[in-house]
Amino acid sequence: MTPQSTFTIMAPIDPRREPELLELLSSMNEAPGQAKGDNALVPFAQLDTLHFARFVILDDKTLEDVRVYDLEVPTYPRYLAFLGDVDGDPTAFLEELVQKSEQGLRAIFSCCEGFEQGTDLAGWMKDHDTRVIANYVNCRGRTVRRIREETALKQALDEYLHTHEAVLGGDPPREILAKLQKFVADEKSAGRLTLSVDDPTPVGWWIRNALHLVGVPLLLLVALPILIVVAPVLVIRLRYLEKTDAELCARVDQAHSDALAFLEDRDVTNQFNAMASRKLGFVRLVTLLGVLATVDYAARHLVRPGRLGRIRTIHFARWVLLDGKRRGTFFSNYDGTVESYMDDFINKAGFGLNAIFCNAIGYPRTNWLVRDGCQDEQKYRNFLRRHTLPSQVWYKAYPGLTAVDLERNRRIREGLESSSMTEQAIRDWVALL
Amino acid sequence: MKPSEVDFADVQGLVRFGFGKMKEASYAHLRIRNPAAARAWLRSAPVTSAVSREPPPAVALQVALTADGLQSLGVLPSVIAGFSAEFLTGMSDENRARRLGDLGNNAPSQWQWGYGRSVPHLLVMFFAEPGRLQPFVEECKGTAWNAAFEEQRWLGTADLDGMEPFGFADGISQPQLDWERKRDVTRPQLDYTNVVALGEFLLGYLNEYGRYTDRPLVEADSAGASDLLASEDAPGMRDIGRNGTYLVMRQLRQDVRGFWQFVHRWVSANPGDAEALGAALVGRTRSGDPLVPSAEQGIPGIGPDADEVRLNQFTYAQDPMGTRCPFGAHVRRQNPRNTDYPGRPTGLAKLITMIGFGPRGFRDDLISPVRFHRILRRGREFGPELTPESALTPAPANEPERGLHFICLNANISRQFEFLQNAWTTNTKFSALTGESDPLIGNREPLPVGPSTDNFTIQREGLRTHVVGLPQFVTVRGGAYFFLPSLRVLRYFARD
Repeated sequence: MTPQSTFTIMAPIDPRREPELLELLSSMNEAPGQAKGDNALVPFAQLDTLHFARFVILDDKTLEDVRVYDLEVPTYPRYLAFLGDVDGDPTAFLEELVQKSEQGLRAIFSCCEGFEQGTDLAGWMKDHDTRVIANYVNCRGRTVRRIREETALKQALDEYLHTHEAVLGGDPPREILAKLQKFVADEKSAGRLTLSVDDPTPVGWWIRNALHLVGVPLLLLVALPILIVVAPVLVIRLRYLEKTDAELCARVDQAHSDALAFLEDRDVTNQFNAMASRKLGFVRLVTLLGVLATVDYAARHLVRPGRLGRIRTIHFARWVLLDGKRRGTFFSNYDGTVESYMDDFINKAGFGLNAIFCNAIGYPRTNWLVRDGCQDEQKYRNFLRRHTLPSQVWYKAYPGLTAVDLERNRRIREGLESSSMTEQAIRDWVALL
Repeated sequence: MKPSEVDFADVQGLVRFGFGKMKEASYAHLRIRNPAAARAWLRSAPVTSAVSREPPPAVALQVALTADGLQSLGVLPSVIAGFSAEFLTGMSDENRARRLGDLGNNAPSQWQWGYGRSVPHLLVMFFAEPGRLQPFVEECKGTAWNAAFEEQRWLGTADLDGMEPFGFADGISQPQLDWERKRDVTRPQLDYTNVVALGEFLLGYLNEYGRYTDRPLVEADSAGASDLLASEDAPGMRDIGRNGTYLVMRQLRQDVRGFWQFVHRWVSANPGDAEALGAALVGRTRSGDPLVPSAEQGIPGIGPDADEVRLNQFTYAQDPMGTRCPFGAHVRRQNPRNTDYPGRPTGLAKLITMIGFGPRGFRDDLISPVRFHRILRRGREFGPELTPESALTPAPANEPERGLHFICLNANISRQFEFLQNAWTTNTKFSALTGESDPLIGNREPLPVGPSTDNFTIQREGLRTHVVGLPQFVTVRGGAYFFLPSLRVLRYFARD
């Protein structure tokens, strides 16, 4: 198995160069916000291990929210963020990226502070790769190659079934499976279909993963005596904060909302960026870090493939903290409209969502960290829309396909390759077709 | 605290009644010519309330306004700003059109009305028992009408005797409003119920989230506000939304010949019969019977009337594989009859499901809980009847248009109508399907990349049947979002 990894390159933009940067970025698109696969600057489609990528200008319009705590509005740099989800080692990917798009990347990053003509591009990107504090991958090890092969398989089956539906229609499920297995085997030997075997899991990754799996609970165990002493204090303080923190959930400015909507719903999948300032104080910091560590651990070791809790529409998602953990960002790729995405959040994952986002200034009031909050759905939708940022450039390697599509194709392939299935499993498999 | 009773005399009748006995109806789209005259007309208009009368009235008048209409009438901008964003920006907004599937020949630029200058200010709806419509319209118009309004168009309706133009029984399933305000929405709903919180259909009441949907409020001491009802959730404020709701109107042209000719063409080349294919596409037989067996247990808000039980006491829990009623069938898309959790978990099982370790089947838990996405349908057909049998003959020259003046009521357009129209109608990935939108009302616009979208899948015990090359049967001819105010608020808008 080749596990996926991410890169999150963030660098302050040189304010004088921002107009130029915007022009460069928009030159990469074929539709509003939608990258052209073979654009002249970064030809994403030539990168065989890239799932998603985006360029986002992190321009948080809600910085003034700190005023509710009687604080002065801080000045942060505006960052350019270049994000991607790739198969395998990120360093190897970045090297390939430099090889295929050095000129384009140089043109883009020269709009950032400290990037000179002679700067070592690969080294600079590595230096600016920002730590992801929690990461979610819909299906670990499902590489772009696998997705493409399984999509081709599904298409071949569709065409075969289209011409053979009448013949197969009366067959019992086991017979259908056998005939399709034979069809696929023939197609493979004729070289028309490829279903590659996964590469071996890198040993280094496997060891790190195992250490993480065991290490985090061990650390918790060691820290338990301290936690037992500290927890009640934290809880009491958190309860107080929950009841007194200000809500900032006013209606979103229509122009802001329209600008976001302009980029949305051009594929079955959409991009999402949210950015906010963290609530002040140690308690909120610890809560946020604790919750995100839990999310990261669960996403890495516990969740079922294809599901983040009950949500089945997210391909990749990550949380990144910035500026001394005073600000947080969330980036994701999800299927459907933003309305149904929010609907999923509220109705299916409200508890987790509350625990994370309630540490952002202005979030609708929670109760015991996980309750209420987003149940105040209009306030919540206002809050999140207000904190949403547009992606200037967004790339998806498999347009037209949802995460559930990918899961179906994976299950179809697994069934074909399985040697022993129960009658029920075969019936379920035939129902996937 | 016991919630206060609903004042039916303040609610427009359409929220409570479909005016079914009034077989004739006509809708006027108006632009305001003279605001003062328009206000004067509205003050004296005999708008019908939701009070139930014995004998029932023979005629009814209802009035709704667009955001443009409120502005032209002279309603304060600060009041207008309190309405929802989708109401303010309107149905024909470019980004919204993409979400609603209003693309290609459904695009707002192709509409007969509802785009640019053709957005009406007012929708005035006249209903009457047979033979009484014209005199009633003339009586209501009175002398002020022509000075007040410019008539953009009159939308006539047809009475197809309980059928919609394709020939299927219509309007069978409607949510039951919780008028007594007894519904407890604070607990997760594990059983399907047809009773829906009042706040889903009337502003100013608790909705299915146990909250008050945003709407305009004004200070109690502001001009004209003294006659308005107090807001239940904001002390000292008067509620402009209370007892009012949003009305969504879309004129849908139905290609009845196209529908039945396709169905017959398909079954002549493939096994099956036309009635069965028609029923699979719709999800009910022509007489309205569901394709899945009746639920053994009663469903709150359905019955006790035997016909209603026969037609509506069912969920899809007994049809998890879609082999009785296809997943993509029109009525299964429009009301999946699901609950907050798959598989009815309680106690620990609920917690386990909540964190994502519940049922792991491919199609489990894909559809949003339906209770947040109900609409109250109040549409009427238009155009001459064409039976499924005569639909097989070629169209004459100058064939008149026929279809549905779709009308629905909801308190939150984006969460109710728009969600249905997007996630459940237009979305080609609904319920883990791929390559098909609603077989009846969906567009067939191709995705930029990916499989074609003109298919329909009929799940079977063995291999599913794919119906391919489904034409588009319904075309959007116009549409707009209106606010259907309470009678008090209508008077407030129309005050001198």
